[in-house]
Amino acid sequence: MEMQTLYLLVPLAPLFGAIIAGLFCRLIPRWVAHTVTIAGVAIAFIASYVIFKDVLAGNTFNGPVYRWLTSGDYHFEVGFLIDQLTVTMMLVVTFVSLMVHIYTIGYMQDDPGYNRFFSYISLFTFSMLMLVMSNNFMQLFFGWEAVGLVSYLLIGFWYTRPTAIFANMKAFLVNRVGDFGFILGIGLILSHFGTLDYAAVFAKASALAETTIPLLGSGGEVALMSAICILLFIGAMGKSAQVPLHVWLPDSMEGPTPISALIHAATMVTAGIFMVARMSPLFELSDTALSFVIVIGAITALFMGFLGLIQNDIKRVVAYSTLSQLGYMTVALGASAYSVAIFHLMTHAFFKALLFLAAGSVIIGMHHDQDIRNMGGLRKYMPITWITSLIGSLALIGTPLFSGFYSKDSIIEAVALSNIPGSGFAYFAVMASVFVTALYSFRMYFLVFHGEERFGKAAHDHHPQHLKASSHADEEHHHAAHDEAHEDAHGEEHHGLAPGQKPHETPWVVTLPLILLAIPSALIGFITIEPMLFGDFFKGAIFVDSEAHPAMAELAHHFHGAFAMATHALTTLVFWLALLGVVAAWYLYMKRPDLPVTIKARFGGLYTLLDNKYYFDRFNEMVFAGGARLLGRGLWKGGDVGVIDGMIVNGAVRLVGWFAVLARFFQSGHIYHYAFTMIIGVFVLMTLWVTRA
Amino acid sequence: MLATPLLSLAIWVPILAGLVVLATGADRNAPLARMLALLGAIAGLLVTIPLYTGFDLNTPAMQFVELHRWIPRFNVHYHLGVDGISMLFVLLNSFITVTVILAGWQVITSRVAQYNAGFLIMSGLLNGIFSSLDGVLFYVFFEASLIPLYLIIGIWGGSNRVYAAFKFFLFTLMGSLLFLIALLFLFVESGGSFSILEWHNLPLGLSTQTWLFLAFLVAFAVKVPMWPVHTWLPDAHVEAPTGGSIVLAAIALKLGAYGFLRFSLPIAPDAAHELSWLLITLSLIAIIYIGFVALVQEDMKKLVAYSSIAHMGFVTLGFFMFSALGVEGALVQMISHGFVSGAMFFSIGVMYDRMHSRQIADYGGVVNSMPKFAAFFMLFAMANAGLPATSGFVGEFMIILAAVDYNFWVAFAAATTMIVGAAYTLWMYKRVVFGAVANHHVAELTDINGREFLIFVLFAAGALGMGLYPQPFTEVMHSSVNELLRHVALSKIQ
Repeated sequence: MEMQTLYLLVPLAPLFGAIIAGLFCRLIPRWVAHTVTIAGVAIAFIASYVIFKDVLAGNTFNGPVYRWLTSGDYHFEVGFLIDQLTVTMMLVVTFVSLMVHIYTIGYMQDDPGYNRFFSYISLFTFSMLMLVMSNNFMQLFFGWEAVGLVSYLLIGFWYTRPTAIFANMKAFLVNRVGDFGFILGIGLILSHFGTLDYAAVFAKASALAETTIPLLGSGGEVALMSAICILLFIGAMGKSAQVPLHVWLPDSMEGPTPISALIHAATMVTAGIFMVARMSPLFELSDTALSFVIVIGAITALFMGFLGLIQNDIKRVVAYSTLSQLGYMTVALGASAYSVAIFHLMTHAFFKALLFLAAGSVIIGMHHDQDIRNMGGLRKYMPITWITSLIGSLALIGTPLFSGFYSKDSIIEAVALSNIPGSGFAYFAVMASVFVTALYSFRMYFLVFHGEERFGKAAHDHHPQHLKASSHADEEHHHAAHDEAHEDAHGEEHHGLAPGQKPHETPWVVTLPLILLAIPSALIGFITIEPMLFGDFFKGAIFVDSEAHPAMAELAHHFHGAFAMATHALTTLVFWLALLGVVAAWYLYMKRPDLPVTIKARFGGLYTLLDNKYYFDRFNEMVFAGGARLLGRGLWKGGDVGVIDGMIVNGAVRLVGWFAVLARFFQSGHIYHYAFTMIIGVFVLMTLWVTRA
Repeated sequence: MLATPLLSLAIWVPILAGLVVLATGADRNAPLARMLALLGAIAGLLVTIPLYTGFDLNTPAMQFVELHRWIPRFNVHYHLGVDGISMLFVLLNSFITVTVILAGWQVITSRVAQYNAGFLIMSGLLNGIFSSLDGVLFYVFFEASLIPLYLIIGIWGGSNRVYAAFKFFLFTLMGSLLFLIALLFLFVESGGSFSILEWHNLPLGLSTQTWLFLAFLVAFAVKVPMWPVHTWLPDAHVEAPTGGSIVLAAIALKLGAYGFLRFSLPIAPDAAHELSWLLITLSLIAIIYIGFVALVQEDMKKLVAYSSIAHMGFVTLGFFMFSALGVEGALVQMISHGFVSGAMFFSIGVMYDRMHSRQIADYGGVVNSMPKFAAFFMLFAMANAGLPATSGFVGEFMIILAAVDYNFWVAFAAATTMIVGAAYTLWMYKRVVFGAVANHHVAELTDINGREFLIFVLFAAGALGMGLYPQPFTEVMHSSVNELLRHVALSKIQ
């Protein structure tokens, strides 16, 4: 009983904070807003930890909180499923959220929307917790859309920026495309299982493994499980930004940096990964779906990594790296290595949140200049940011002993052992991506922290990348930015350092979260790999059919402890590829900075392709957005105004008009007309009467 | 002790209040007229509350029945009663009346007594429609309710109000005439009865049923409105004053849908099954076609009017899949639409009162000068886009799930609203509310006052309450909906 109160406390404490800070954002002083929200999240974190201990002791929970709706034979409930997978997510979410809450005190200190921001991030924490703690698909969908809403609100936090309000709408709509598939998948589940409760669905899943449905007409039978899993995964593709629904994530960098770390790196974007892992009993029944998953993941991992190579906005580099890492997680899911995907999700949450927050720290130090070409040599001025960034980067590229190494290496091994169609391509993609990751990560690292100090030189002759990305709104933006007084420090990105000014280290509220995140970024993999991947930690929460998909079981054979894994790695290709990436980055950007320019000129076509992000945005804007507007205008002007009103409605009126003209002709007012007509009438009637007789 | 005639009170309290308000006469008594109107509306709402609290969940039969002879010569009765299908609409209507009276408080300054009286009388008549169990009584209320709305649009409407009022009147009249013929036919066929419940059990051949069904269809499709007889609605909304739009969207559109459940389905069940493909097709066209049309509207009211049509498409879709989830989802959608579209039209009204424009292009950056308004408007925009935790989600979710069970591709088509509905709503929101201040008119806007805040809170309570906990709304429906579906599943052909 006591535990159940605690379960409720976890989501409700942040919700309480959000409501207080949100409803009274104009009345309460700043310290109240951040204290109440931080307290809420801290309570949620502590409670999560207690629950974690309880789950380790073997106490899982699955039960309803209240009955949301009944209809016909169906019941929809709001309820919690507390198991190993849930508590892992709860700990990650509440910990990163807590760090981000603290960090925000420093990052947003000059912002007039301070209280509103705290309200949003606490509301996000609540939504994300409802998502991961759910024991049914209805609540999952609720959390799923709710995090989408908060993401929308936060990307558009600086609502006067045209780029931000374009990006947030884009994010919402692209996610809705995913949700479109997701809700159809949920519909198929309800239709065939008669319930949306996880446990009941999983229990019945194997019985329906062979069921087919005539999805493509009477001849086109499709396996039910494949249809369900692919539809659910389309939802995951939206939320976890997999190609081709990835287009919203880079633009989401328009939001303030703390939420880029929390929502668009550590937690929300991993909701899709979590969902698929949660649905492992279903996905295990469809090799078709797993193939689809692994191929989409592989494409995302490799091709999004390439885009990271040419970005100059510090946040965008990290954003593309997030896309690529999400691809890795997806590949792991496709290889039936769900626990590895969750493991990478966890390590990534720490080191990517760290990298984002460090990037934010750099941005503060640089007075809101985000262009890495204007940085350089910052290690002298921002030592804590420097060291923590280095730790994050090393973890990201998979340096042995660092957390990212254990998770990424396990993914690569699992893919190598997978027998799912598409795993060969996926193996190539994740291997190649190791090099790419190391190259773009250390390109950024070197350009920011080492080499020549390029800041403080006159006006910047180049704008940050993202302004160019949506140039249609650019002009407008400049005016808007100048109208605002300096009270909104973020209203303009062109601040930067004045000539002669030096960057400075950020206050402790910013650096403390960096340090606290750097510790797990370095160590968590070493500590947890054994129980999470090869122990029975996820037993009961994640299901793998080891007969059909033996990759995980075989991986366990190769594992001889975390330290042995690290030493063994030195002899593998993965390690040397990563090292090669770092060396290449050093050579290209430190030693011979003229080379990248030459390469860019030499491979102009390729560069243009990458610079335009493979033309996904252009295509979507023209075909989908433009097409929809064209269709709407055609239906409106052609259908409603033209045919229905123009021809039918007004046509009917005209018909009445013609009839009236005709009738008027008869009502001439001349007696002899009437008499004549009457005679003809009588004549006709009599003829009829006579002939009938 | 005799039971209190609750339904009669629900009908006649607002009407009497309306007459009292009318008696205050000229505009020099406007403050008194407003106060009396508000008291009348609140009294009207209070008398409907026992309908919910005293409702018996376990019977599909009519409750709170009142039966008196009215015109004995034609066997016409004053026969009232509500079941799980109609009861909530009486409450919703009485609730909306309160918001409407408040919405016109400072805005309507000419012919105040007549304006408020019009809404109160209409409220009573609408309650009469939802509780009539006699065909003639229903028809009288059905037609009489047109008159106040017609007058409200025609007198307090915008510049093109006469055209709009006329179009509205003609469209609905066309349907009404066929409806009247159908009623008279049923009177003859049933051997001289106007009792709707008796008609439910009247055996009829398939072709008879089909003709009846089509006659009902024309009458109700215009009211819903369904594609292609929907074009009167955007015009009527654009010209109507805010209060008129709220009632039109929140209640008047529900009459047609309610008619399907009270007349078409139970009286002509075989025809309903035979023609369900037609209704489902028209519903899907309404959802998709109208969604795209809404996307390109430049007038906010037209946009929301079109979005209403698309949302009502969900309602008719839910009905004609003949499943409990679908029908209850449709009923939920109807009630939710009452809160959400009412709130959307009110939001536009709030801006219109200040700017005297409904053109999206005249706005931009409203959030800078009206942050409280922007927050409420965001909530209702999201509800309009069907976001979970708002009432807009519940009905859509139920109907889409029911549709997957019915036919995957029907669900596929219907679910496109998740994208298109979000697109037109958020695109409008972005252009109107977000961004830098677009012009000095926007810069000079004042945020909502206490009265507007209160109305928003009322709507928000409805939209959020129903989104977070829809069970109290659906549990009253179960018995009646199950009985209806059982009834519709039985053939009437003998």
